[in-house]
Amino acid sequence: MLEKLISIIEEQLNVEGMEITESTSFKEDMDADSLDLFDLAMAIEEEFGIEIPSEDLGNITTVGSVVEYLKSKGIEE
Amino acid sequence: MLTGKVALVTGAARGIGKAIALKLASQGAVVIVNYAGSKEKAEAVVAQIREASGEAVAMQCDVSDYSACEALSKAVLEQFGRLDILVNNAGITRDGLLMRMSEADYDAVLDTNLKGAFNMIRHFSRSFLKQRSGRIINISSVSGVMGNAGQANYSASKAGLIGLTKSVARELAGRGVCVNAVAPGFIATDMTEAMAESAKEGLEKLIPFGHMGKPEDVAEAVAFLAGDASAYITGQVICVDGGMAI
Repeated sequence: MLEKLISIIEEQLNVEGMEITESTSFKEDMDADSLDLFDLAMAIEEEFGIEIPSEDLGNITTVGSVVEYLKSKGIEE
Repeated sequence: MLTGKVALVTGAARGIGKAIALKLASQGAVVIVNYAGSKEKAEAVVAQIREASGEAVAMQCDVSDYSACEALSKAVLEQFGRLDILVNNAGITRDGLLMRMSEADYDAVLDTNLKGAFNMIRHFSRSFLKQRSGRIINISSVSGVMGNAGQANYSASKAGLIGLTKSVARELAGRGVCVNAVAPGFIATDMTEAMAESAKEGLEKLIPFGHMGKPEDVAEAVAFLAGDASAYITGQVICVDGGMAI
């Protein structure tokens, strides 16, 4: 799942070639703004077939937080 | 030309909205003719478009109703798979001098004219973002640009639309979506026909061209903003008013 997620992040946020770990922060390390995060959330929704309510967007700050979020939705792979 | 594009015009059963729907359809767009209460008139607009070999469908929705707009957006995206052009035209008037204006008249105008546009943009924003293309055109008014005695509620709603236009234009600029406003002046429609005499009085004298405009004059500006030729324009207000707001 992490690999899939990283390739989505690379594509959506144009950060190919950057070292991405679970502690990588979207805002601080990748310079993403709130609209970028919204875009990313939509791409994740499509890839993993879930719906991320707007109120949950605030919890998505790092790559690891997305992993945790997806796990909480029952997605392991 | 707008061939292959899907356009939604709110309040398109008559007046300026109808002219916009006809114009966009004549350029090849599939047009969703939205109406709140005028079902027969909306169906007549659809029939007129089809007679001219265009494609159109009527869909009911009171734009002041947030959840009804959500349902409309779902219906549109389900049936057509996308929306390329959103024209927020639906509007009402409840004219009167401020000291006599009821709270209900103020709220009704703001709810339809301003919140209605927000409701529609809100529910279609996700699909616009995904497409990375699209046009949102809000129909403001010269009344929102200059103010107009007897229309405190209406001009507040139309000035609000300009602010909404500029903010959303900034938010969506990086995503290929252009957001602009058209501010008609004194246009010959049922709405201006019904305007209070106090509001109408002497208005023609304020028009440098000296006469009222036609709904088609407004539709031309909307068609320009809906087409590819305006791809580098966003956050603007085009006054179609015979020079009133100069």
